[in-house]
Amino acid sequence: MQSSRKAIGETLLKVENVTLSFGAVKAIQDVSFEIRRHEILAIIGPNGAGKTSMLNVINGAYHPQHGIITFKGQPRHDMDKHEAAAMGIARTFQNVALFKGMSTLDNILTGRNLKMKRGLFAQMLYFGPALDEEVEHRRKVEDIIDFLEINAIRKTPVGRLPYGLQKRVELGRALAAEPDLLLLDEPMAGMNVEEKEDMCRFILDVNEEFGTTIALIEHDMGVVMDISDRVVVLDYGRKIAEGTPNEVRRNQTVIDAYLGVSH
Amino acid sequence: MDQAAVGASLARLDTFPKLLIRNARERGERPAYREKEFGIWQAYSWADSLRQVRALACGLHRLGVKRGDKLSIVGDNRPRLYWAIAAAQSLGCTVVPAYQDAVADEFQYVLDHAEVSFVVAEDQEQVDKILAVRDRLPKLRHVVFVNPRGMRNYVHDWLTAFDQVLEHGRTFDAGHPGFFEAEVAKGQPDDIGVIAYTSGTTGRPKGVMLSFANLVPSAQASAKFEGLREDEDVLAYLPMAWIGDHFFSYAQSIVVGFTVNCPESAATVTIDLKELAPTYFFAPPRIFETLLTQTMVRMEDANAVKRWLFKYFMALARRSGVRILEGKPVSALDRLLYVLGGALVYGPLKNALGLSRIRLAYTAGEAIGPDIFDFFRSLGINLKQLYGQTESSVMVCIQRNDDVRADTVGPPAPGVEVRIDDRGEVLYRSPGVFVGYFKNPEATAETKTKDGWVKTGDAGIFTQDGHLRIIDRAKDVGRLKDGSLFAPKYIENKLKFFPSIMEAVTHGSDRDFVAAFINIDLRAVGNWAERNGLAYTSYSDLASRPEVYAMIKGQIEQVNRDLAADPQLAGSQIRRFLILHKELDADDGELTRTRKVRRNTVAERYAPLIDALYSDRDEVEIESKVAFEDGRVGTMKARLKIAGADAVHALKQAG
Repeated sequence: MQSSRKAIGETLLKVENVTLSFGAVKAIQDVSFEIRRHEILAIIGPNGAGKTSMLNVINGAYHPQHGIITFKGQPRHDMDKHEAAAMGIARTFQNVALFKGMSTLDNILTGRNLKMKRGLFAQMLYFGPALDEEVEHRRKVEDIIDFLEINAIRKTPVGRLPYGLQKRVELGRALAAEPDLLLLDEPMAGMNVEEKEDMCRFILDVNEEFGTTIALIEHDMGVVMDISDRVVVLDYGRKIAEGTPNEVRRNQTVIDAYLGVSH
Repeated sequence: MDQAAVGASLARLDTFPKLLIRNARERGERPAYREKEFGIWQAYSWADSLRQVRALACGLHRLGVKRGDKLSIVGDNRPRLYWAIAAAQSLGCTVVPAYQDAVADEFQYVLDHAEVSFVVAEDQEQVDKILAVRDRLPKLRHVVFVNPRGMRNYVHDWLTAFDQVLEHGRTFDAGHPGFFEAEVAKGQPDDIGVIAYTSGTTGRPKGVMLSFANLVPSAQASAKFEGLREDEDVLAYLPMAWIGDHFFSYAQSIVVGFTVNCPESAATVTIDLKELAPTYFFAPPRIFETLLTQTMVRMEDANAVKRWLFKYFMALARRSGVRILEGKPVSALDRLLYVLGGALVYGPLKNALGLSRIRLAYTAGEAIGPDIFDFFRSLGINLKQLYGQTESSVMVCIQRNDDVRADTVGPPAPGVEVRIDDRGEVLYRSPGVFVGYFKNPEATAETKTKDGWVKTGDAGIFTQDGHLRIIDRAKDVGRLKDGSLFAPKYIENKLKFFPSIMEAVTHGSDRDFVAAFINIDLRAVGNWAERNGLAYTSYSDLASRPEVYAMIKGQIEQVNRDLAADPQLAGSQIRRFLILHKELDADDGELTRTRKVRRNTVAERYAPLIDALYSDRDEVEIESKVAFEDGRVGTMKARLKIAGADAVHALKQAG
């Protein structure tokens, strides 16, 4: 019954001829692709193919030696982490990176950090406009908690939660920044089937309800083929294929890269 | 109907919509519903509720809902769904609440059987279920969904959002100001307000038709009996399709005007319970059991001082708490200490459990362990047992505040007559007795006699002071050769309340006396064996130990003493027993997957053991098939001892 009526729009982010090396190790070599508004793009590839490096380049954690990254029409040589976040790029990490001692609610509130306008001093006084602002942020966070169905763990310290839920909280924190582009690094790693299904549903819902553009890295091929609109395949730092899940599935180079080929 | 006739009908207060209009007038600003949303309890007053119901009724009318139509609601407990019930009843519809966790096929059966033409569904999950069986529901005309999440791409001309229905309703209402009142005034006490489908352990569920004349007086009588007030808070967390929720959270709430609180989600119930601290609470025994276990486990982890305090004051509570609650005499020192305990232990504990404001709590559905029951009562929580059925508009028996016991369900509720027929089956007659099963006259005739008595299917006895005690399902009750009543489940439950007894199977129908198979609980008995320096190698080894036999014998004799206290049951004391060499197992077909004993399978498989119990041998050999985890089948030989237990003479003679 789910008809895919969402309109995939113009290019949101474009990566052109990006090359990244650490000393002699070439992590990414001359890779180009684009991410379009409202789509779910999967970046796949065997271990060490350069997937996480690619995400790090997009959100400014790594600075490539060559290439141009164009985000929202502004071309630049490399991104800056803070600038990327301020411009609407949010991400989650392969290994959950949350504040373990803080509650779910507080963790997600940290995602609102960039949206807080009042100064530290005003916030400490917790009065007048700062109070209004806090209430507004809290409302937004409660929307996300409701959306991700984590009401029952609102006040639970994150360190006490099972892994699958921590991943969901991390997604919540990324959503709190109201990003235009959401980067998910292996959102389903280490989950059981049920948790994976839940996460898939949330990713699709986020994409549909908020219109958020999503680029994700994933190992589970079933998941990738089910939820993504397009797939980019990396191998040894090079892009070896790009297209819809069906095209990629039939691509001989991809099959070779995954299954190995005798030379 | 002219203005005066409408006013006169509304003043009769004989349907829920009429009572709702009264509530909005008399206590308009008091909270009717609270719902936790976005982490905050949002309150809706009676005036708000009436506004919503009014708009919704008008909106449903615009969708084509007519008098006599059936409207189903399905979803978690939400104010909007309670409003949907009231709105449908305002229009003269019959409401068919459906279980929110039913699979599509069960759901389809109920909707189809009840000839439902409109559904108000909570969310996408429920709508998806309807979609899956849509083509098998020719009578279904329109579905309204409450939560729009994920519904963006669902475009059907028979599907409308709740808010949109409200909006259309408001427009219609503005154009037709007297419409709503006129519709409500058409409602008569004999209208069928609700068809509640019973879950039915055997066969297809049956639709119990209840009229306003059943529910309104029952709710009024029970509320008066318990002294319910408009400032009660109840937590609505049990399925809306279950008559209990319909009665407590809808019927009684509207009759009395108290507040119904809806938890945020099924997962947050314990948190919401604690935050809210209801004054009026209902839970099946399982929930009280979980609360008690949680408390005990948490206390194990507490520091020594706290553990000592807990132990000391709980012992005091066991001694005097229940007596204080029931207003019976207690020594001055204990009374003083109990106050101190309230500050140090009971208060904080009740607060942590969310039971600090309880004025009235019910448990029903099955037998509750006396330890669990007494634990809560000794804390000063007015926990009572309730016996009822869907067919009786809930109340059949109810305990009085000053006369509560773990082993009875109390005397008949106000306005209810109860009798026990010669087969031991409990029958009742009351204004709350259902109209009939929907489209099932055979079942109605089978259950309801011509002069209005309803068969419960339960076997029971009256204690000498007029309390009803439910002992078993009527069909399971047998007689010994001498004609005395034999209620296997009742005896087995009594045995199972001992932690060392895991399972018990009693025999006795058409025999000279009652005999029992016992399964020990390996964890509890193993623990006991360790503490007493008793070495054992395996379950069957432990089970055959004379020390274990001696312990079980003591417990059986305790049960015998209890049985002897009842003249009707004194004859069914256990004379001989044996401890089985293996645990009864679902893999061997001896238990159902829900861990209920399959009596017939056990009787067949262990026929030689039963024969031996009724012979004068004190040992028996058995060879039994065992299914191993890997699927192989092996045989197990064992030599079992049979022991006798002493019976007690009936303490009191009947009469």
